[in-house]
Amino acid sequence: MSMTATAGRARADPHHIGVVIEHPGPASKRIVTAYGFWVFLLSDIVMFSCFFAAYAVLSGQTAGGPKGSEIFEQGNVAIETVCLLLSSFTCGMASIAADVRNRFWFYLGMAVTCVLGVIFLVIEFREFADLVARGYGPSRSAFLTAFFSLVGCHGLHVTAGVLWLLTMMAQVFAKGFRADVLRRMMCFALFWHALDIIWVGVFSVVYLLGSGV
Amino acid sequence: MPAVPTVEATMLGKLDWSAIPFDQPIPLVAGAVVLVAILGVLIWVVVKGHLPYLWHEWITSVDHKRIGVMYILLASVMLLRGGSDAIMMRIQQAVAYQSQGYLPPEHYNQIFSAHGTIMIFFVAMPFVIGLMNLVVPLQLGVRDVAFPTLNSVGFWLTATGALLVNLSLVIGEFARTGWLAFPPLSELSYSPGVGVDYYAWSLQISGVGTLVAGINLVTTVLKLRTKGMNYLRMPMFCWTTLASNLLIVAAFPILTATLAMLLLDRYLGFHFFTNEAGGNVMMFMNLIWAWGHPEVYILVLPAFGIFSEVVSTFSGKALFGYRSMVLATMAICVISFMVWLHHFFTMGAGPDVNAIFGIASMIIAIPTGVKIYNWLFTMYGGRIRFATPMLWSVGFMVTFIIGGLTGVLLAVPPADFMLHNSMFLVAHFHNVIIGGVLFGAFAGFEYWFPKAFGFRLDERWGKAAFWFTFLGFFVTFIPLYVAGMLGMTRRMQHYDVAAWRPWMIVAAFGMAVLTIGVICQILQLVVSIRNREALRDRTGDPWDGRSLEWATSSPPPVFNFAFNPDVRGEDAYWDMKARARQQSLEHDAPEYRDIEMPRNSPTGFVCAFFATIMGFALIWHIWWMVILGGLGAFATFVVFAWRDHDEYVIPAEEVARIDRVNLEERRSLVSMAGAI
Repeated sequence: MSMTATAGRARADPHHIGVVIEHPGPASKRIVTAYGFWVFLLSDIVMFSCFFAAYAVLSGQTAGGPKGSEIFEQGNVAIETVCLLLSSFTCGMASIAADVRNRFWFYLGMAVTCVLGVIFLVIEFREFADLVARGYGPSRSAFLTAFFSLVGCHGLHVTAGVLWLLTMMAQVFAKGFRADVLRRMMCFALFWHALDIIWVGVFSVVYLLGSGV
Repeated sequence: MPAVPTVEATMLGKLDWSAIPFDQPIPLVAGAVVLVAILGVLIWVVVKGHLPYLWHEWITSVDHKRIGVMYILLASVMLLRGGSDAIMMRIQQAVAYQSQGYLPPEHYNQIFSAHGTIMIFFVAMPFVIGLMNLVVPLQLGVRDVAFPTLNSVGFWLTATGALLVNLSLVIGEFARTGWLAFPPLSELSYSPGVGVDYYAWSLQISGVGTLVAGINLVTTVLKLRTKGMNYLRMPMFCWTTLASNLLIVAAFPILTATLAMLLLDRYLGFHFFTNEAGGNVMMFMNLIWAWGHPEVYILVLPAFGIFSEVVSTFSGKALFGYRSMVLATMAICVISFMVWLHHFFTMGAGPDVNAIFGIASMIIAIPTGVKIYNWLFTMYGGRIRFATPMLWSVGFMVTFIIGGLTGVLLAVPPADFMLHNSMFLVAHFHNVIIGGVLFGAFAGFEYWFPKAFGFRLDERWGKAAFWFTFLGFFVTFIPLYVAGMLGMTRRMQHYDVAAWRPWMIVAAFGMAVLTIGVICQILQLVVSIRNREALRDRTGDPWDGRSLEWATSSPPPVFNFAFNPDVRGEDAYWDMKARARQQSLEHDAPEYRDIEMPRNSPTGFVCAFFATIMGFALIWHIWWMVILGGLGAFATFVVFAWRDHDEYVIPAEEVARIDRVNLEERRSLVSMAGAI
């Protein structure tokens, strides 16, 4: 009896590390989906890190054009930041509403998130348009190239996020809080929060450090 | 004020009749032949009435096994295309001594660029991703990958990239910049044509596909394993798949970002890598190789996994030093991100930086050496069967060690200053990529073919293919080492040095031997399909295998396993067989249950259709079509998200009916082995 038990343990723990935790089997769909999306977000952050690196390399290369401190308007950036951070909060509220299957608070949370996202985009677009109108477009210098690309890449992500947000609202409207819709909502929330984290990086590296130069 | 664009320019962008190379017979004839072949196959499919079968069973399939097979098919077809480029280059260099040869420079430059691009992105990548797709869920004992529909999207986007590269043969031109399109040569001022755009957009689109595959497989390995499949019980191939796909997830976004920057430079006048306005060319080198070096390991790690499986199976022994193998794999995974600068020691980063990267490059040879010794010790004392997969594995060990040693030589910065961009380098990376990745892909192909199709491949033709390829490889590439030592640089359209010529002629002869190897492989396939009844694998375990993919029938049912296998240790199936012999466990009458499987979906195909339109339109600046393609792709996803039934149920009786056939065969095999 004890012989078999020992043999069984030896097979389960061939390297004698003492503890054997048996893997319980495949994870649930919710976990698999969220996990996969996290992995995607990490890859997206790697992509952003390239644009951050390019900005760090090129930020001094103004080629006789303006420096960061000459073109950044901190007031605008402050409003943008507040919009985005608040939208993360309202997105969180929408997620909670979805979890408790409350349509009213879900729509309200998503709508406010959408409005805040759009305000952010409008301010960013006006900043870009203003710079281009003054002759400080991305072709002016390598610094502006890197600036427009990094900030614009984030802006494109927010635009895609708004599109996704509207699609999510339509999905809940048409399909209700189905399991697969809830999983997508979870991914959307992760995406939106990740954009916030990236904005904190953009805010610090581009606008805060740049204003000091 | 910019001039108002004409109607033609609005409708067709840069596209006009001059894009078709009527004056160049080689691409035109090649393109025509390919077109006729494709049309012929299409007509045959339609006339024979195979179209519904193809559509329902393959094109819209979300089954990981089918998608894996399609990846490998794509890789094999593109291997022929990339191989034709190689033959043309070898002939050109054999004849272009003090003459122009038969290929004009602009054409020759396109050929070597296309050869590298195709071989890495559309042969090596789809081949290893295909094998991982086919095998990993089976080895983990699960029914599918984490995201089956995304898997299909990933494959079809890869196919889109391949299609665009081949389209450049007849509409427009391909890049003349080498396979990594270094700026400033690849900038608009020096490459005003559409070649670089073809290159960049096809890689952007297929890169998305690769990233999707990477995310999918990482999630599959980490979150979908059968009961008892602890990390340290996973077959080695699952470990290398995990490492390789972690690298994909971490490295491919760098490629996407870098090519996006190059495209912004070319399309919108940005200054990332230009000579003007503060652009930084060396930033491109750093970024592209921060992707490029991990890419080498993305390709070779799965091959290492294949060799581990093959060597252990055909030696009849458990893998020697399993844990050190896991550790070596993960060490390579991490260190591969710390050596990128050895691709441009000559940049002039200074002795300190070069020394650090030189040492890091030598350090990465250590875990690789650990692996080699593990394979050797696995063979030591084993009962070795020299079947074709094993031949490829042993051939790999010999070839790869030589390639690895020349790599360590190149990791010494002073030596690299001499050999940088020489034929020595060309010989080195072919030595590791052909000897490592391609041999690994062929070993995996021979090893898992019975699993995918239900019959073994012909051994005689397989062995012939191995020997011709193996010998042909050395006859082709050893001369290139010598030519490199004699000072010959890479990518030469013609040359005037008499000392190089004999070596180029030998290399061309070697290429002919290699070609015979490829022909043998095609014949092997033909002969095997003809004799498939004699080669039929009825038990699902033709090699006396050790891991779970052999625990189901060949080809496996759509649900892979009637029950989630219960794993108790390493070498799960070997263990099960041993226990079955002792306790006749498999004689219990199993209780079958209903199985839910994901429904097939045309999402991937339709998405790739729109991506092709969008990519083509972007290359030719046809903006309305770009918008159309983008809207189409978005609409496809919304339609997919709107569907109500994404799964179907296979009833228990059906599962039982399918499973019992294989169970009988398997029982008789186990009892026969028990009797012996």
